[in-house]
Amino acid sequence: MSAGETIWVDNPPFPANARRAVNDAQLRRNIRNATSTIRQRRATMVEELPDWQQLRTAGAAIKDEVLARLDRYLEQFEQAATQRGAHVHWARDADEANSIVGSLVAATGEREVLKVKSMVTQEIGLVGALAKRGISAYETDLAELIVQLGRDRPSHIVVPAIHKNRSEIRKIFLNEMGDAPADLSDDPHALAEAARQHLRRKFFQAKVAISGANFAIAQTGSLLVAESEGNGRMCLTLPETLISVVGIEKLLPTFRDLEVFLQLLPRSSTGERMNPYNSVWTGVTPGDGPQQVHIVLLDNGRTKVLRDHIGRQALRCIRCAACLNVCPVYERTGGHAYGATYPGPIGAVLTPQLVGVEHAATLPFASSLCGYCYEVCPVKIDIPTVLVKLRHDVVKAERASPESVLLTATGAVMKGRRRWTLALRLAPLMRLFRHGGPPPISRWTAVRDLPEPPRQSFRDWWVTRSATSKQADQR
Amino acid sequence: MRVALFTTCLVDALFPDAGRATVEVLERLGQPVEFPLEQTCCGQMHANSGYFDVDLVRRYVEVFSGYDAVVVPSGSCAASIRHQHPMIARAAGEHWLAKRAEAIAAKTFELSQFLIDVVGTDDVGAHFPHRVTYHPTCHSMRMLDVGDRPLRLLRNVRGIDLVELPRWDECCGFGGTFSIKNPDVSAAMLADKMEAVIGTGAEVLCAGDRSCLMHIGGGLDRIRAGVRTLHLAEILASTETGYHQGQLPTVTTETAETAETAETAR
Repeated sequence: MSAGETIWVDNPPFPANARRAVNDAQLRRNIRNATSTIRQRRATMVEELPDWQQLRTAGAAIKDEVLARLDRYLEQFEQAATQRGAHVHWARDADEANSIVGSLVAATGEREVLKVKSMVTQEIGLVGALAKRGISAYETDLAELIVQLGRDRPSHIVVPAIHKNRSEIRKIFLNEMGDAPADLSDDPHALAEAARQHLRRKFFQAKVAISGANFAIAQTGSLLVAESEGNGRMCLTLPETLISVVGIEKLLPTFRDLEVFLQLLPRSSTGERMNPYNSVWTGVTPGDGPQQVHIVLLDNGRTKVLRDHIGRQALRCIRCAACLNVCPVYERTGGHAYGATYPGPIGAVLTPQLVGVEHAATLPFASSLCGYCYEVCPVKIDIPTVLVKLRHDVVKAERASPESVLLTATGAVMKGRRRWTLALRLAPLMRLFRHGGPPPISRWTAVRDLPEPPRQSFRDWWVTRSATSKQADQR
Repeated sequence: MRVALFTTCLVDALFPDAGRATVEVLERLGQPVEFPLEQTCCGQMHANSGYFDVDLVRRYVEVFSGYDAVVVPSGSCAASIRHQHPMIARAAGEHWLAKRAEAIAAKTFELSQFLIDVVGTDDVGAHFPHRVTYHPTCHSMRMLDVGDRPLRLLRNVRGIDLVELPRWDECCGFGGTFSIKNPDVSAAMLADKMEAVIGTGAEVLCAGDRSCLMHIGGGLDRIRAGVRTLHLAEILASTETGYHQGQLPTVTTETAETAETAETAR
């Protein structure tokens, strides 16, 4: 795939990024506070539904049905959307999508466009690509606006500015917004009001908006955007031209399937019973809303993911970020450490598959495999299993390393009873390194002692015991 | 019923007391176990590091196929046997082995599952008059779904002062080679777990996995926290008269001595 601008995976690798993040006390406090709040809200909202597990099963099944017959649903979607007056475009990768969107904007003659919060436009680096064509794209989601004004990168799928606290946001607004009141305080209401005034002017001027979509309905050709602020709806209704970039995995077969997903998504993502704004549109409605409606269907590595029978479940993802909010690794590193558009557990399985494991070789290892992500995933993506499978792919692609030599050697020792019994008698040697040792042991002993080795392995004890009891029997 | 004990490589090599305590509990309940000496390792450490060692899967299947049940004093290894063995066999194109692995996985039980679901008791007659806190370990809880079985067993121990661990559902940061590959994140998670453990005032941190305990215990030893780590089996094995007789073992070697004395006494 063409990498786009937002992929900077493995450079530096995850452990190095993580080290920096772990030592940033302010960052850790910001993220811990935010994730534990959302985590708690989600838990409360999920507990009150008696059929949550059935909903998860249904969500996974519907997505699997789409992925199994993706070709058919895509054509059905194209036909339905076209019939209702939308123009459907197909993009193989980020460059194709950016060039299609760029040309569509250029054809309108506009130099400024509004953006609805969208992960897929981050994935393809759309804002940067448009800037190269002299087109300014303004983020309208409050958190995305903060990130854009701060020349920063999003660090969370749903709350992109989770790594910033309000005093940091105040500074960004004062320095970068241009029309922020000089006496702006760091009170959340004041900050929101400043953003509201700033954005309102833009909403009334803009002729073109660009969005993604949470869901695309094959049956009707409709798109849906779920959001909390209403800024998305402003963009989806006021401009004359609306361009939506949609990953091909966003499809649902029928409108009825929203019944499942509009329960799963808000409870999982923001811990709400429903999203404050669900905007659905189907092609063009004459005299109401955008009269030029374009849909860019994007592959960008997705069909490649589809080929892997274990990895493909990652395409069920509805970008709720529940996995990020419960992940003990994400909680301590934040999203930037993952070095890609999609951070956290889902990013660790999605990014390597989209860009190739060789370009993101440390991401599948950025997990203790605790399984909390799988437990909360509304579409039952077994992230730990996919991580292990991707680790296997990484190892297969690599040449011999100290680790591969060590693990192959221990594997060989474990394949013979006598070898293993003898090896266990070397355990007392561990005493030499209990409080320190050469790398990689030092990575363990930096903060932990090694255990005091036993005088006898279990099996030696067992053999002795059996011999003793036999003797006793004979006597 | 012929029952085999799969001690796991870690217990066999470094924590034999957890294995001996498992034998002790089961024999006390009238369920003798066999220890097939051909057993070595389930291959989880290899698999989770990306090395799918199908020979270790085959070894497990061949060593244990003749038994009615296999009991494992580790949620993590039991979960690997249940969920990873068939996958590893399939990845190697060995579909027949995958089928056999599934069949044996179905009769492989983590200790608390075996006691409650197979032996059918949640009171093993143990005595352990100490303040204990329990860390559920992620794989027991989420991959194996042992639920509250270990806690039910612990609650029935005479004299125990069982206190809840704050943020018990959070990973301790071990994760096998994760602790080496991402040492900073692992250490940060460990620090939070230790803080929670120490805050309970417990003398003993208990879990069903010696691996997680090796990590948390190693951290606690390093900072001289004075909190001991014991495998669930070691608490369940303790009675007024047998095993370590409700005494707190100070270090591993002393536990071995106590156990030997108990053994000789019989």
